[in-house]
Amino acid sequence: MWGILGRRAVDGGFSASSLRRMRSGLVSARSYAAGSKEMTVRDALNSAIDEEMSADPKVFVMGEEVGQYQGAYKISKGLLEKYGPERVYDTPITEAGFTGIGVGAAYAGLKPVVEFMTFNFSMQAIDHIINSAAKSNYMSAGQINVPIVFRGPNGAAAGVGAQHSQCYAAWYASVPGLKVLAPYSAEDARGLLKAAIRDPDPVVFLENELLYGESFPISEEALDSSFCLPIGKAKIEREGKDVTITTFSKMVGFALKAAEKLAEEGISAEVINLRSIRPLDRATINASVRKTSRLVTVEEGFPQHGVCAEICASVVEESFSYLDAPVERIAGADVPMPYAANLERLALPQVEDIVRAAKRACFRSK
Amino acid sequence: MALSRLSSRSTTLLQPLATTSLLRRRHISTDTTPITVETSLPFTSHLISPPSRAVETSSQELLSFFRDMALMRRMEIAADSLYKAKLIRGFCHLYDGQEAVAIGMEAAITKRDAIITSYRDHCTFLGRGGGLFEAFSELMGRTTGCSKGKGGSMHFYKKDASFYGGHGIVGAQAPLGCGLAFAQKYSKEEAVTFTLYGDGAANQGQLFEALNIAALWDLPAVLVCENNHYGMGTAEWRSAKSPAYFKRGDYVPGLKVDGMDALAVKQACKFAKEHALKNGPIGSNHHAFAFVFEQILEMDTYRYHGHSMSDPGSTYRTRDEISGVRQVRDPIDRVRKLIIAHDIATEKELKDMEKEVRKEVDAAESPIPEPSELFSNIYVKGFGAESFGADRKELRATLP
Repeated sequence: MWGILGRRAVDGGFSASSLRRMRSGLVSARSYAAGSKEMTVRDALNSAIDEEMSADPKVFVMGEEVGQYQGAYKISKGLLEKYGPERVYDTPITEAGFTGIGVGAAYAGLKPVVEFMTFNFSMQAIDHIINSAAKSNYMSAGQINVPIVFRGPNGAAAGVGAQHSQCYAAWYASVPGLKVLAPYSAEDARGLLKAAIRDPDPVVFLENELLYGESFPISEEALDSSFCLPIGKAKIEREGKDVTITTFSKMVGFALKAAEKLAEEGISAEVINLRSIRPLDRATINASVRKTSRLVTVEEGFPQHGVCAEICASVVEESFSYLDAPVERIAGADVPMPYAANLERLALPQVEDIVRAAKRACFRSK
Repeated sequence: MALSRLSSRSTTLLQPLATTSLLRRRHISTDTTPITVETSLPFTSHLISPPSRAVETSSQELLSFFRDMALMRRMEIAADSLYKAKLIRGFCHLYDGQEAVAIGMEAAITKRDAIITSYRDHCTFLGRGGGLFEAFSELMGRTTGCSKGKGGSMHFYKKDASFYGGHGIVGAQAPLGCGLAFAQKYSKEEAVTFTLYGDGAANQGQLFEALNIAALWDLPAVLVCENNHYGMGTAEWRSAKSPAYFKRGDYVPGLKVDGMDALAVKQACKFAKEHALKNGPIGSNHHAFAFVFEQILEMDTYRYHGHSMSDPGSTYRTRDEISGVRQVRDPIDRVRKLIIAHDIATEKELKDMEKEVRKEVDAAESPIPEPSELFSNIYVKGFGAESFGADRKELRATLP
């Protein structure tokens, strides 16, 4: 609802005409009040963790530099001072060890929020995430559930090279027993993280470093401490009728920019913010494609066996006769992330790639 | 290379001394007459008798230590400025303060001995013979960089000098280094691998797994813990139950070394290399005698900068501590004092040398990589597979 107006354009403001077009597409419109609150994604995450820790003494935070350092990216700022060392734990640089310890604590009924400084380092602990956390409820026939949240920045940042830029959405989302969430806006961040912490199952919470500092308008409702977003439901950020663009995390911003550019050329794009990679909201995606009959899926991660591939498969399986064009995938390049700035730009989806693919789906030449 | 250019200039700096001097002046940079210097601190050892504190060196060596460390120092300081000017992107982890470890180690080994380290690798690369130009090019993402601009600060390599990088994941280089040692033994190379890791990495499980296997299989591996006392923002006492890293190998002998003293580092590395290559007592039945080839060398060192350029380095330690180490234990100052005390060069000559080094360190223009480089070196043998850009219908390549 707020999402469309909620996205603050980094490159300037919305034009009056684009605002009108967007508002006409809203399910329930609220006027864009001049005095509305804004919140950075960082503050949204911080406040979500703070409120959940306040509400439930079983919730604790664990990770590298989360306490005294105030968080490598300042997401856990102030939490050690507020809750003390019994609730906020600075760990050594030993992911396999502390992740295993976190999962063990969750077995016993505590609710750990484990931070990975980036999800690249989660690979050191992936056995515990998958074998110890994801599968336990099933293997124990419901005796041992694992109410743990694994959170941290995921995907590419800026110039951090091959070992620090991978997107893990596809890997984790392929595992039954895990829930995988990917917020975009501040409202997403608050609502989804609170939902994740309250959830009785293991949740992989994929943030994005470059979004932390971005500000988004936020509603009173979202600021309330009981606010929660449903897991497994995608959000239609922008309604449209000609082509469906699905994506998550930082790429939502890119897709919205692409939709603006497409609108100038008379193509009305519907942008879906997945929010939840697992469970994947196939219903919303397919309903949209049945309306528009064209699909462009976008993600930052590697293309082969990616989130986009799953979405394409779902649409081909469920809505084949509605498709008027081949499905399109825009993803990260099929290469390890290069450091050089010009190569890094080529390795990641850009707005023009999304525009080009959408036009192809509409059989428009460049 | 930058360093050889420097040495030819330095002979012109030296003027013949007036004959009123009672001491006979030694020539700079060519004198290899042995001088014996005692290390500032004794070695502390675990399960082994430590080497002597008396280290053999020479004027030439001390001067090369000075020049090379001054070069490393200047390079790191220049990298700081380049990062702030946004010419270097991403992560940048600087080594200033720790130069003695890189320099002392090189003095004890050859280019056939392998080195592998973490992301704090600029000076290690230089020590292995890497060029200043290649280093700066890489930092700025240019095609003339040592990894053609595709690696960045954390991924410098120089295989022809047995330098295997340059690793971003804390602790990963430990098993990799033992693997290099495995290959050296397998191919009967009479060479050793030095695996460097920090106090932060010292708690990683994979280190102990690799050490166990290295000890079981008698691999010529020397593990070097560069203990700068902080794992990013976490002091050693907050992350390790036992910060006596040289003892953490348990059955593996260890040595604690003053890592700010290049001569102590040289002595320890020489000692460790000899130990690693030695045949076991009485033939090949090593198992009965629990002789362990590996050693852990703990280098007590310090980094002046924060963990990386994103870390101010002063939220978890005091500025007094940093300046205190700089005043009392700086590795370059230590060698400077030795040189002056042994009358190898004057204070002014050393200052001139530092000025020359500053001039060396300026970044030249070089091109950014070609777009086709996006797809190069993914595989050695690509079998004609296809790789794709962000829009697979717009940009694709066949891998040779």
